[in-house]
Amino acid sequence: MTDYTPIQMMAAVASHQLEDGVIVGVGTGLPMIAGLLAQKTHAPNLIIFFESGCMAPQVPRLPLSVGDSRCVHRAVAATGLAGIMETGQRGMIDYAFLGGAEVDMYGNINSTVLGDHDSPKVRLPGSGGANDFGSLSWRTIIIARHEKDKLPERVNFITTPGYIDGPGSREEAGLPPGTGPYRVITNLALMGFDEDTCRMKLISLHPGVTLEQVIENTGFDLIIPEEIETSTPPTDEDLLRLKEIDPDGIIIGK
Amino acid sequence: MIEEGHGELLSACTADEIREWNRKYKARGLIDKTATAREAVDRFVKDGAYLAIGGFGHVRISMPMIYEIVRQKVKHLRVSGHTAVHDLDVLIAGDCVDAVDVAYSFAFETRGLSKNGRRAVESGRVKCVEWTNGALSWRIKAAAMGLPFLPARNMLGSDTFNFSAAKTMVCPFTGQKLAALPALMPDVSIIHVHYADRYGNCLVRGTTVKDDDLAKASKRVIVTAERIVPDSFFRDAPERTTIPYFCVDAVIEAPWGSHPCNMPYEYYFDNEHLKDYLKAGANEKDLHAYLDRWVYSVKDFEEYLDLVGIKKLYELRRLEELR
Repeated sequence: MTDYTPIQMMAAVASHQLEDGVIVGVGTGLPMIAGLLAQKTHAPNLIIFFESGCMAPQVPRLPLSVGDSRCVHRAVAATGLAGIMETGQRGMIDYAFLGGAEVDMYGNINSTVLGDHDSPKVRLPGSGGANDFGSLSWRTIIIARHEKDKLPERVNFITTPGYIDGPGSREEAGLPPGTGPYRVITNLALMGFDEDTCRMKLISLHPGVTLEQVIENTGFDLIIPEEIETSTPPTDEDLLRLKEIDPDGIIIGK
Repeated sequence: MIEEGHGELLSACTADEIREWNRKYKARGLIDKTATAREAVDRFVKDGAYLAIGGFGHVRISMPMIYEIVRQKVKHLRVSGHTAVHDLDVLIAGDCVDAVDVAYSFAFETRGLSKNGRRAVESGRVKCVEWTNGALSWRIKAAAMGLPFLPARNMLGSDTFNFSAAKTMVCPFTGQKLAALPALMPDVSIIHVHYADRYGNCLVRGTTVKDDDLAKASKRVIVTAERIVPDSFFRDAPERTTIPYFCVDAVIEAPWGSHPCNMPYEYYFDNEHLKDYLKAGANEKDLHAYLDRWVYSVKDFEEYLDLVGIKKLYELRRLEELR
């Protein structure tokens, strides 16, 4: 059996969600790794956008920023923040790939603040391009840690809207119809969203993880389907590619 | 019904104010604008100014200007955080900043959160208004277009909106609900570029991030450049002009001007330096020791580069060239 870490598992499951030939807007950290892994394995024609303005680069080494020179390496175009988000606004970005400190049952993401906004317990970086990507891309894939307080019933602060308060809320808010959270990948499981209620729903457990473990570490009532699948673990090739992408373990080693 | 965020509008301007400023204060002529960082801060970066920085927070940022602002102890700045990283963090370390329009701030992406930035916000020393990278770019674009606002489809339905100074509006043609993003006209922008001539024409290689619009939107624009070139560099190939000269108020020659941050096609991050900086940010004492060594005890950016050393700079060039 192949030996892998929870981070490698998350990166592999995340990369598997992306089809070949689509456009994906990728956030900093693990989403970057997952996008690059998909490109090196099953999705060689994946088109990666970085919010700083990079369109379809051929990333030679792991970038340390979504705006550094490796993100623009052999790109087809170097634009800017507006160039990327306007492309999303006109419906060209298929997937957004985001991380967050908290994700709730409607897929709302908090990356701004823990505690009160004006006298915070922990100040986090804020939206960056996440709110833009999550508002304007067709489908949003979220990577988060599976702990009770990281997956609460309601996030402390909606940095990036998911389905907000449930069915119809995105449209009511004025967000483009047909958009919203699509998958949530944690260190324990892969989840999606129930079509009728817009609530988070379990799809598969990572190998070795029990349903009880997932329920215990989720801060809300996760919808449990009748049939629960087992997530596909990283293959030997995935692990080899991950090593190539992040040889120093900057993200994968965390 | 119009909804509005209850964050403070840190910099307000009307479309007519934009026109009047540009009529009155922006020189049309080809004037030699070369200056030093010290002169540029002295002339254009006043206490309480609204400041925007070009580049991407730790990529293509103007460190000679940032260090000089700290050295001259400019106070009460309000800063646009359209991905602000090391640029904003050093200004906060120097106690130059009162408020930030936050899209992304107080963190260093894959290097993690900044203790210095967090401490400033969590203690109430620095106030935050929330925006997004898209929103701040479009606010800057609105000012660049000479318009009071731009409609957009981001921000809606979020606390980011609630803690911003955006409003909602209804499209007069379709009835569609939209976000209305107010124009942002910074008092001063500092932009690091690859090439500039003495009049202020600039070429930015790689992503512009938002700096073409930023130069058009700002009241005053200070450019630092890796290389000063003759104006024939632009006249012979005008497609090279990312920023036309009449947007620019000062031009400063600044090779290695983004150190310790990345300058695409020139040099990569000085990872060791940034690691030491973030470590120093753990407490005020170490942070001040850092500033003493790298900012206060050197006269200017050239002396700073002497301290960094040519060996390190060559290493960063090789790293950038993937050698």
